Amino acid sequence: MTALSTGKAPLRALPRRRPRLSRLPLNLAALFTLAVSVFPVYWMVVTAFKPAADIQSDTPSFLPLHPTMAHFGTAVHSPGFGTFWRNSLTVTLSAVLMSLVVALLSAFAVGRMRWRGRRAFILMVFVAQMAPWEALLIPMYVIARDTDMLDRLSMLTLVYFMTTLPFTIVTLRGFLAAIPVELEEAAQVDGCTRPQAFRRVTFPLLAPGLLSTSLFGFITAWNEFAFANTLIIKNQDARTLPVWLSSFSNVFGTDWGATMAASSMFMLPVLVVFLVLQNRVTSGMTAGAVKG
Amino acid sequence: MLTARSAAPRPAVVEPPPAVPRPRRRRLGAVWPYLLIAPTVLGAAFLLVYPLVRNTVMSFQHFGLGELIRGGATWVGFANYRTVLDDPEFWTVVRRTLWWTGLNVVLIMVLGTLVALMLNRLGRRMRLAVMSGLVLTWATPVIAATTIFQWLFQSRFGVVNWTLVKLGFDSYRDYTWFAHGGSTFAILVVLVVWQSVPFAALTLYGGLTTIPVELYESARIDGAGAWQSFRLVTFPMLRPLFALVTSLEVIWCFKAFTQIWVISEGGPNGATTTLPVYAFQIAQSLHKYDLGAAVSTLTVLILLAALVFNLRRMFRQEGAL
Repeated sequence: MTALSTGKAPLRALPRRRPRLSRLPLNLAALFTLAVSVFPVYWMVVTAFKPAADIQSDTPSFLPLHPTMAHFGTAVHSPGFGTFWRNSLTVTLSAVLMSLVVALLSAFAVGRMRWRGRRAFILMVFVAQMAPWEALLIPMYVIARDTDMLDRLSMLTLVYFMTTLPFTIVTLRGFLAAIPVELEEAAQVDGCTRPQAFRRVTFPLLAPGLLSTSLFGFITAWNEFAFANTLIIKNQDARTLPVWLSSFSNVFGTDWGATMAASSMFMLPVLVVFLVLQNRVTSGMTAGAVKG
Repeated sequence: MLTARSAAPRPAVVEPPPAVPRPRRRRLGAVWPYLLIAPTVLGAAFLLVYPLVRNTVMSFQHFGLGELIRGGATWVGFANYRTVLDDPEFWTVVRRTLWWTGLNVVLIMVLGTLVALMLNRLGRRMRLAVMSGLVLTWATPVIAATTIFQWLFQSRFGVVNWTLVKLGFDSYRDYTWFAHGGSTFAILVVLVVWQSVPFAALTLYGGLTTIPVELYESARIDGAGAWQSFRLVTFPMLRPLFALVTSLEVIWCFKAFTQIWVISEGGPNGATTTLPVYAFQIAQSLHKYDLGAAVSTLTVLILLAALVFNLRRMFRQEGAL
């Protein structure tokens, strides 16, 4: 163990100095973990591409030997498929956009202004972030019924707006705090009004933060099932994708290929968002904006 | 709050820097923050506080299908709570919920810790591969996961039964997992653990990388084995992180609804009914909204311990609060 004395010891140098053979169990464990974490999703995709005869065979094939797009065709052409996609997209995007605008206003007030009650407000946001939404299904249903909002996408949009709002405020506030206020002040010295300074200087720097925050909100709203299942009951055309997918046996019967194809398509946007997030979150745009 | 303004030094971290003085429009300027937070406050009032209040009020009323349609619910005091608490089924559900939460959290924490420790020892390429796999699991939407698991455990063509038969467990040929309470419960545990381990593992791994290697080095010189260096170095160093992840997992598992509802709706024979599912069943299937509201309120009260712990941690992190 000379790693320390050479002075260039990387953090994980210590265990790596072991002889190769003793690392075998470790690597086998790693492969096992990898297999367990990937297999279910892999199995979904493989099933989606397998012809029906291969799916309903007594010995499953673990590779898509005869790939086919037939199941995706079945899923896409199932009744209401387009409507449910449109519903999900409408609800998710409007909720995320609403919470982004509302949260930006609050984050600005909290991060850039001094006012009485500011701390109480932050406290409220934190409490709201821990709200037990699962326990609010019943009152929300009763309220929606009383106000004639049952079976309406606008009600669902409002609920998703509120579920994502506290988190959006907290993260946007964090991103805002990372942008030096001196930049805004400099713009104001140069003759900008305060809104102008915010719009022209801070807002562009905040863009990556806005993007990643909204993507997290997107995932939350896109995947939500409980409220969509409770608040949309009679009007089946107003259902969203999670509710539709959860009733796959009514839609596809025992057609597992089509079910897995629908499931894969539902998962795809989330996966794309995750990939985008990985690159965007880390990109620090203010790096180098202020020297000294 | 009134004295807070004049009170001397305030913590620097979250405090906004003094705004550029603009005496001219001072009066008007003082209103701006309140206008900016108004939409948030209104949204929270109507979509969060009001439903909570409504839930509590409903739990003290007689509120069935008739009251839902016609209105005019009458006040009954604690009658609903008495009904719920006197029902032996409620206590069965509470015990099941605690068992469900405990089992899930223990499995998640143990497996998450093991995976984190493993990640910390892997070579760069292998580590990246395993982490990508974990992120994939993490990214899988709950509804996609429930659909996949129903396919994996399908009786006739499911790959799990095929594997078990190949391994010599012939009793699993065409075994109908979702017809039995025990096996449905087990599948739900596997599903929740599978989906939750990545968060725990990646968070704990992040913490592990911050522990200086020197600590392990000196522990080894003092003669500590692998277990001792975990117990005496890793665990104490990461105690706050362990507490955080555990409390979050307790909250998430306790109130898990979607997985259970989609796969079994609390069945078969109520074998997978936990508190949130129970409350929903009573209200939506039996139209006893009052009893459902009472169970919901009790659920929140039971959860409160874990919630308060988390809130305190958040506030402490903020420093200023």
